[in-house]
Amino acid sequence: MPGKLKAKIVAGRHLPVMDRASDLTDAFVEVKFGNTTFKTDVYPKSLNPQWNSEWFKFEVDDEDLQDEPLQITVLDHDTYSANDAIGKVYIDIDPLLYSEAASVISGWFPIYDTIHGIRGEINVLVKVELFNDLNRFRQSSCGVKFFCTTSIPKGYRAAIVHGFVEELVVNEDPEYQWIDRIRTPRASNEARQRLIFLMSGELQRKIGLKVLEMGGNAVVGYLQCFDLEGESGLVVRAIGTACTLEKLSSGSGTHTHPNTAPASNACNSPSKDGKEPVFGEDLPSSSGPSTPFRALPTSSSSPPPFSPSKPCSRQSSSSDTDLSLTPKTGMGSGSMGKDAGPLKTLLRQQTQTALEQREFPFFTLTSFPSGFLLHVGGVVSARSVKLLDRIHNPGESSSRTHNPNVASTRRRIGVYSLCHVRGLSSSVLEEVCILSASGTAAILNPRYMREGCLDLGGSDQRFEDPSPSSCGFCHIPYDELNMPFPAQLTYCFHCRRQKVPDVLFTTIDLPSDAAIAGKGCFIQARLCRLKKKGQGEANATAISNQLPFMEYELHTQLMNKLKLRSMNALFGLRIQISVGENMLLGLASATGVYLTALPAPGGIQIAGKTPGDLNTEQHILNIQKRINDTIAKNKEFYEVNPPDLTEEVVGSPIPEPRLRSRLFRSHSESSDELSELDLSHGKKDAFVLEVDDTDAVEDIHSLLTDASPPKGFYSCNTETMPGIYNWTSALQMFTSVRVLRLSNANLSNQALNKVFTDLCENLLKSFYFKLRSMIPCCLSHLVFSVAVPEEDLIQVAVTAVAMTFDKDQTQEKPAEKPITKGCSEAEDQLQFSLELCTDSSSINSQSSSKNSVSSLEHSSPLTEGRSRSLRSSRSFGGSSVSVVKMTPLSFLPGTRIVKYVGIINMFFIRETTSLREEGGVSGFLHSFVAEVFAMVRAHVAALGGNAVVSYSMKDCVLMENPNKNQCQCLINVSGDAVIYIRETDQEVTGSTANIGLSCTSSADGAT
Amino acid sequence: MAVELDVFVGNTIIMSEEVYQLWLDGYTVNDAVKVRMEGGVLDEFDAKVDVVLSDTMDQYRTFQMCERLLHSPTKLANQLLFQIPPHRQATLIERYYAFDDVFVREVLGKKLSKGTKKDLDDISAKTGVMLKSCRRQFDNFKRVFKVVEELKGPLVENIRQHFLLSDKLARDYAAIVFFANNRFETGKRKLQYLTFQDLAFCAGQLINNWTVGAVDNMVEDMDVDLDKDFLQELKELKVLITDKDLLDQHKSLVCTALRGKTKAFNEMEANFKNLSRGLVNIATKLTNTKDVRDFFIDLVEKFIEPCRSDHWTAADMKLYLTHYTNSAHILDTFKSVTVIFMYLFCTFISPARVTLFIFSSLAFLKFSKAAWLQES
Repeated sequence: MPGKLKAKIVAGRHLPVMDRASDLTDAFVEVKFGNTTFKTDVYPKSLNPQWNSEWFKFEVDDEDLQDEPLQITVLDHDTYSANDAIGKVYIDIDPLLYSEAASVISGWFPIYDTIHGIRGEINVLVKVELFNDLNRFRQSSCGVKFFCTTSIPKGYRAAIVHGFVEELVVNEDPEYQWIDRIRTPRASNEARQRLIFLMSGELQRKIGLKVLEMGGNAVVGYLQCFDLEGESGLVVRAIGTACTLEKLSSGSGTHTHPNTAPASNACNSPSKDGKEPVFGEDLPSSSGPSTPFRALPTSSSSPPPFSPSKPCSRQSSSSDTDLSLTPKTGMGSGSMGKDAGPLKTLLRQQTQTALEQREFPFFTLTSFPSGFLLHVGGVVSARSVKLLDRIHNPGESSSRTHNPNVASTRRRIGVYSLCHVRGLSSSVLEEVCILSASGTAAILNPRYMREGCLDLGGSDQRFEDPSPSSCGFCHIPYDELNMPFPAQLTYCFHCRRQKVPDVLFTTIDLPSDAAIAGKGCFIQARLCRLKKKGQGEANATAISNQLPFMEYELHTQLMNKLKLRSMNALFGLRIQISVGENMLLGLASATGVYLTALPAPGGIQIAGKTPGDLNTEQHILNIQKRINDTIAKNKEFYEVNPPDLTEEVVGSPIPEPRLRSRLFRSHSESSDELSELDLSHGKKDAFVLEVDDTDAVEDIHSLLTDASPPKGFYSCNTETMPGIYNWTSALQMFTSVRVLRLSNANLSNQALNKVFTDLCENLLKSFYFKLRSMIPCCLSHLVFSVAVPEEDLIQVAVTAVAMTFDKDQTQEKPAEKPITKGCSEAEDQLQFSLELCTDSSSINSQSSSKNSVSSLEHSSPLTEGRSRSLRSSRSFGGSSVSVVKMTPLSFLPGTRIVKYVGIINMFFIRETTSLREEGGVSGFLHSFVAEVFAMVRAHVAALGGNAVVSYSMKDCVLMENPNKNQCQCLINVSGDAVIYIRETDQEVTGSTANIGLSCTSSADGAT
Repeated sequence: MAVELDVFVGNTIIMSEEVYQLWLDGYTVNDAVKVRMEGGVLDEFDAKVDVVLSDTMDQYRTFQMCERLLHSPTKLANQLLFQIPPHRQATLIERYYAFDDVFVREVLGKKLSKGTKKDLDDISAKTGVMLKSCRRQFDNFKRVFKVVEELKGPLVENIRQHFLLSDKLARDYAAIVFFANNRFETGKRKLQYLTFQDLAFCAGQLINNWTVGAVDNMVEDMDVDLDKDFLQELKELKVLITDKDLLDQHKSLVCTALRGKTKAFNEMEANFKNLSRGLVNIATKLTNTKDVRDFFIDLVEKFIEPCRSDHWTAADMKLYLTHYTNSAHILDTFKSVTVIFMYLFCTFISPARVTLFIFSSLAFLKFSKAAWLQES
């Protein structure tokens, strides 16, 4: 059913000259939605036409509203020949479909042509009038909000976290249709762009439907990927976490904290204001079962005085943990693609009750409210190699085989849930495709799960002991005697009650309340392996045979590098393996941290294979010395000074070089019990590396050649840099792409590794150099993605953000660590820690009030401190183009997000047939990336937003043919458009006292 | 191991002013890298050549993409392609439109045509300004000229509005446009001692006092052309040299006033007739376009060189001209037109010092002109 879409074309500017004779253009505009097209009048002879058209009205189904983009084409009128297209604008009207987001899209959009790039701008107004569709069998899901942010968005709290949703849509790739042989590249590109817009719209709608079925109203951590599988088609996949989000009442709401308000607030209100569909009987989840938990925040939370309107986002309960994973049965359903609606609904209902998913909920979040996460087990990952087949539907089959893998892995670890599934990333090469999923196994707090009520008693005994949150998540979730993998357990250095592993690898962000020492550090393991060229199944087998070895190698590298920095935990681990014609590339990035709860890491011990040879011994001694020096240097650089190092001596080498039975490099120490069983793990404090062949020497060298960032620079790939809390507001998001051509085809594995390592290292060095004016600064959310676009080509694309921080205040007072940490992170996380205090208050009410009070005291100066530094930021007054900030993080330092205006999910193709004239591939891609940024900014501005958070560039596929002077590039970007305000704007009341306080505190810090 | 592609794009434009200057100066990427390395980028930051190269390349590409926008600076403010903070926009524009005085001195007064553009490599060789930079500067002149040529209203203001330049730069461009439009000959060897700033100052005076716009801002003409009526009026000055009585009378008035006030009095008295004839002849011929072009060279030849050979100082000249015009005024035969005309000459002896003098007389100049207007 129904909605009325209205569009108005106001004006254009900076149009290109289309008529050489007059140096002017006779422009008019076609507005198309679905199959309806309207045209404006021709505005003759102007490069800045003022059409000021009437309102074009489209009466359409809400299903179409979700799927279709509004397509605006600017043309040059030609009396005698065909009209020339100037360019197009696609506007995703999805943000207009939910109630609290943007109400109108209005602004200047770049007119984009796939051949010429941006050609002028057009001013457009778009509105939607939506009627409610109460039909239970409807196919639309208007009103479900989508967020790319992988945490609960600011300004909301999660009433219920329903679990994982995923969907995929398959279609034929227009580029490979017969018609492509006769149409122009422009037409082909446009067909493709439009199709992908359609497909992602459809995908969102379908995911939305699932969410509605689950009773949710939003998807958090929405991640959409494309697979261009050539002739096998085009697959668009998406995953996310379904939630019921409640909008936090701003300002006065938090002050009064009524006992009843939050529960009834969000879920019901949408039905009132008419834009959001009514959920019917899907609703009870919002009001019913979780009330006891929901009462917690309201009864005890004392609102923070310094930010009265601050959202208290937290997830108070997770009622519905069943995972609506819809493994499509039957191959047919996939190929039916777009219109298999009702059938699918049935299928879905059948498969939904899979018990397994109930037990093991998936989430796509990376940061969680305090208390949500009880224990973290470790990283789980699954990869599958698929042979694409034209008849089968590749995506369908892979998703089916895929998730069970992950699930079974988890079961082995014996952990309750996978808290963060990091995308089902894939790497496709002709007919072979690697699908990967990874995540962190974790135990969630059963108190937060409705269904956990049953086993609440049992599990509570085990887990409920109020272990301090600063170390609780490190405690092992599994049985000590029945460990899923070998690890050396010790008692937690914080509470001394629970066991912790010696190292912890996770894919999530560092919990805001974790106790750490020093700063975090970006750690990367790179690996390049040669592979024989192959075809079909043999090729796939070869690849899958290599995979475990690659993973092992990467893991070893990570471990070594971690030790070298004397740290003991990795967060945000992301391993990417991509496959090329003749090589496999593996890249693992993570952020190393020293968790004070975990034992101090041992040093690295070098062992020679042939004792007695003096030269070798000398050489080894040298290396050993260098390693020890490096460790010492790193310790100083990252300020890793564990507060209470007791008898454990860091890096004390207890050499056991005669241990010959080991494989040539061990990667993990084991506990006493296991050492007898597993010969590969010795009982030792130091980490032994054996130098037994040239490979190992190379490896050690590469360990040492990893340059640490220059002074004043830090880097990490997580949301926030562990150990840095006082961000100032300067921000520079960037995308960098580098492609390296291997000149020598016959490279050894080693040489290849070196090339690849250098490539990544040089990229980092480049960043440091280019951004040196921002010192002191931190590169956050460094996301590397590697690809092998062609034989002998390695492509690395990086998106990250550089943020400045206030150097003087980097020293933390250890005593306040858990609390200050919370508040100095993003605003909401401050809320989390407060919530935590208040939550625990209901359990042990004694300490709570004290806690929350102290946390307030400590937190306010810090936030003030940050907002003070914000004033020094540049003001962008006077410019006629509104400034749009972009960041891959979920927050903007020094600001507060007041509203999410919609998800940005855009796909662009750019092609050129005059590559040389555009400055080669670099020039071509440079302008394309700049254009993509420009278009994202324009869309955000048109939605009324002033920033994009959680921005990511998910695909950047570059195909070049320099001989033909041609190049084509596809880029897919996404993010959340938001409105932010500067913190200072809202902190008028009672801030003076705090500022005074903060001044003194900062002075203290400085001295 | 060739780097096939290497780009780095920031959401907000990333540029260093140093690299921008190198780009503007016409350095190739490799030369720019060399300069940067020598300039100490290496020391201050542990950077290798390839890092500097990659950075330089990225910035050069950015500048190249910006160049199109810089051609119409008003677009830069509302374009969407690059996010450039306003202060950066100002820097970009101001630097892009900045020019080398040595270079502009060479093309001043020349027709901004393709022909001149062809000579740019000679100019480049002569001035030491790189050809690329010469081209940019020349194209800037041409572009500004083309835009303001047809515009009404005050020239400086027009340039400032259309190119968002600073006041100083806008004035300089006004001078360039003015010279190019009137095709004043400035290339002769005798004029070589005048710097661009000297000539720009003269142009400023001419624009302010001799053009139609100067007389009345509301007039539908522009600042670019000299006021034809005014030039016609100047013909009246001829009596000063044709009428013998008047000439003597004028001389005696001037001499009486000057006596004892300057060391060069004898020379002044002796040369009075010659100088007066020279000045008046120049003035009366200005209705002729050809003679307008030779205005500066005539002034130097007919007036300044004789004075210089008599070792006049700037003060002498000031004194002489003041009294020359005052006396002419007293003679009452002419209108104060002369004043306006005469004052300009001082510039040519010792520009640095005389500049001050001119400014101090500016109020008077304007007054006289207004008076003249009223009278006529």
